Amino acid sequence: MSLQVVTANRLDDGLVVFLTSDGSWSENINDARTAEGKEAADALLAEASAPELDIVIVGPYLIDVEQQGSDLMPTKYREVLRTKGPSVREDLGYQAV
Amino acid sequence: MAIVKNDSLIEQEWITVDAEGDLPSSDENLIVPLERFKEERDSLLGRNGGLGVQLNPGDAPEDLADDLDRLSIITVNFPAYTDGRGYSYGRVLRERMGFTGELRAVGDVLRDQILYMHRCGFDSYDLKVEGEVALNKVRAALKEMSVYYQPTGDGRVTAQSLRERRRAALGQKAS
Amino acid sequence: MYRYDDFDRQLVHERTEQFREQVKRRLAGDITEEQFRPLRLMNGVYLQLHAYMLRVAVPYGTLRADQLRQLGMIARVYDKGYGHFTTRQNIQYNWPKLDEIPDALLDLAKVEMHAIQTSGNCIRNTTTDQYAGAAADEIEDPRPYCELIRQWSTFHPEFTYLPRKFKIAVTGSPNDRAAVKVHDIGLRMHQNDAGETGFEVIVGGGLGRTPFVGKTIRDFIGKNDLFSYLEAILRVYNRFGRRDNKYKARIKILVHEEGIDKIRELVEEEWSQIKDGSLRVDDAEIAHYIEQFAPPAFETLADDDADFERHKSENRRFANWVRSNVIEHKQPGYAIANVSLKPIGGIPGDATDTQMELVADLSEKYSFGDVRVTHEQNLVLPHVKKADLFALWTALDADNLGTANLGYVTDIISCPGLDYCALATARSIPLSQRISERFSDLDRQHDIGELKIKISGCINACGHHHVGHIGILGLDKRGKEFYQITLGGDASQDASIGKIAGAGFSEAEVVDAIESLVTKYIDIRDGGERFIDTYRRVGMDPFKEVLYGDR
Repeated sequence: MSLQVVTANRLDDGLVVFLTSDGSWSENINDARTAEGKEAADALLAEASAPELDIVIVGPYLIDVEQQGSDLMPTKYREVLRTKGPSVREDLGYQAV
Repeated sequence: MAIVKNDSLIEQEWITVDAEGDLPSSDENLIVPLERFKEERDSLLGRNGGLGVQLNPGDAPEDLADDLDRLSIITVNFPAYTDGRGYSYGRVLRERMGFTGELRAVGDVLRDQILYMHRCGFDSYDLKVEGEVALNKVRAALKEMSVYYQPTGDGRVTAQSLRERRRAALGQKAS
Repeated sequence: MYRYDDFDRQLVHERTEQFREQVKRRLAGDITEEQFRPLRLMNGVYLQLHAYMLRVAVPYGTLRADQLRQLGMIARVYDKGYGHFTTRQNIQYNWPKLDEIPDALLDLAKVEMHAIQTSGNCIRNTTTDQYAGAAADEIEDPRPYCELIRQWSTFHPEFTYLPRKFKIAVTGSPNDRAAVKVHDIGLRMHQNDAGETGFEVIVGGGLGRTPFVGKTIRDFIGKNDLFSYLEAILRVYNRFGRRDNKYKARIKILVHEEGIDKIRELVEEEWSQIKDGSLRVDDAEIAHYIEQFAPPAFETLADDDADFERHKSENRRFANWVRSNVIEHKQPGYAIANVSLKPIGGIPGDATDTQMELVADLSEKYSFGDVRVTHEQNLVLPHVKKADLFALWTALDADNLGTANLGYVTDIISCPGLDYCALATARSIPLSQRISERFSDLDRQHDIGELKIKISGCINACGHHHVGHIGILGLDKRGKEFYQITLGGDASQDASIGKIAGAGFSEAEVVDAIESLVTKYIDIRDGGERFIDTYRRVGMDPFKEVLYGDR
């Protein structure tokens, strides 16, 4: 069964964030709380979609990830780009840090 | 729910009935959809109470051409604020057909669309918020902008005509 | 150039304050994201892959030096030191913070700029010929009419919630550099039999999922009647355009489904009722706007300049740049200088803050402070003395802006693609970089001649691939990027929509595929034929064969 995490963009600065274990939002995908199986994933998304979070983040959704060593890595290239930054500007985005 | 007209909150004095619903007693003020008006025109016009028609997206305001003076109110339904057909209906009713009764926006009527509606001839707004909140929203929306490029039938003076006046005044001074 | 008067200034100022309030209401939770979204979009604010994006309008692609300098400042202060010039002659920033955007808009307002209607289902920024007011082949400068369209369309109360976005382009020249046949409305200036100048009105062109070349709805509309006629078209579209499916909501679908004759009938009927109304613009009014775009104070010069000729003969790189990037001007002794934003291997359309400031400075020094943005994602200094071209090029070249490739195979239009865009299905920038590197040899580029490659990273076709001589569309196939090639597209007065050559290619294969097409063309072209001419003569088959062989 595939592993999923919830991602969104933060309302005030628009940056990519992930839902963490303590219900906050992190810029680092490795802080993300993972869900295995449909039920757990639905519950995770439901938590991220709570109306009061509408002033914290925008457009939460589930993405598939894989555990690669100690890192979580999205399976879709689009999401890889979101966790890193533009492939054509490696000096920008999270990959630059 | 609150209705704002001419800078005041007004009471809901109309009963809106859909295509199939039972009609209230003849003395009540009644609004029916355009389709029903077309089908039951004569009997509807024979009632004692006031009569209004609701336009839904896709309707043709031109269908009311012969009966405008018998209608006290026309409501234009915006089922979603993104459906902008009602803006054209407003201008056609006011500017082309000369409708002078109440033109009310109903449905998904939000603060940030009210100025545009007003510019297209609407004079009342059925909002999904209560009392003073609704009134304040309408007031705030209507005063956000003071410069208008397009001539519409709302009576606002366009930037263009103000420029012409100014040029004329300057011309007079110069001569 | 048009200068704001106090009415324009007041309007933009009020809009800025209005948006500041809207952002405040959003951050305070008074309005939901769903309610806020159309409001931010109508101020050019998207939410993209990595962050917000702010798209700033450059009305009809015309910039003053102080405006371009301010765009550079905004790139530095509110973004990460660069901006991206787009196919709508606009500029977009990729990293602004929502809570800082009202301040950025205020800084824009200070130089008479804004982000109004750069997105949303409204009338978008009107585009035109980047050489307006300078081109030798021009009938009349189209910008006075563009400015009038800008004003008419700004916050038009009836047309702010159209079925879908609406784009208008204008050309004042028979050689169409504004792609007017692939716009919702295209206006082509010409003279009627009575010798009056007016516009042919073309509707229902467009790219996207369902590309169409526009159809003529009226052969001639006089200048005085242009605005009531536009209003009639927009009213018919607003009332009758489809709203049940966003992919079928553009006016091109209405024209396609109802037929141009039916649409013409509806528009003419509507127009007959409003043509004598308050939208009729009189000659004095038009003259006032023409005066605003009066030519700068050109000097009376001989058309030849000895130093210019000498520099060309002494400096081969300069001579190459002149050959590809310098265009004939209507004024003797002057030239139009194109500033390529397509350095070999670079990101098409990107410019840094300091590059923008440099071009602003150079425009003041050499081009009456006038700069243009092209829909092909380059910049133009429209009024340069031939005698100044060498100094200009030297300064540009020092900051990687002197690339000699205008119209060549490396002058590629590319959308931002999956590197930035939330809608994209594949990357487009890296592909343009690989193609640019493959064809970097200038002699070879010159030998190939005019060849327009246009790349889109999804079916929405922001990279105009349908009208590329060679178009490339990036798609996603089971999680892998792959690229479909179209041939024979053209955005000019001879507009045509490209045809799909066949099955798509992987990222690794596609550059070789492009090269094999070019090699085939070189092989079979008749003297002087451009790629598109050869394609039109021989058709798809010879090209298909080199792409697929017996496959």
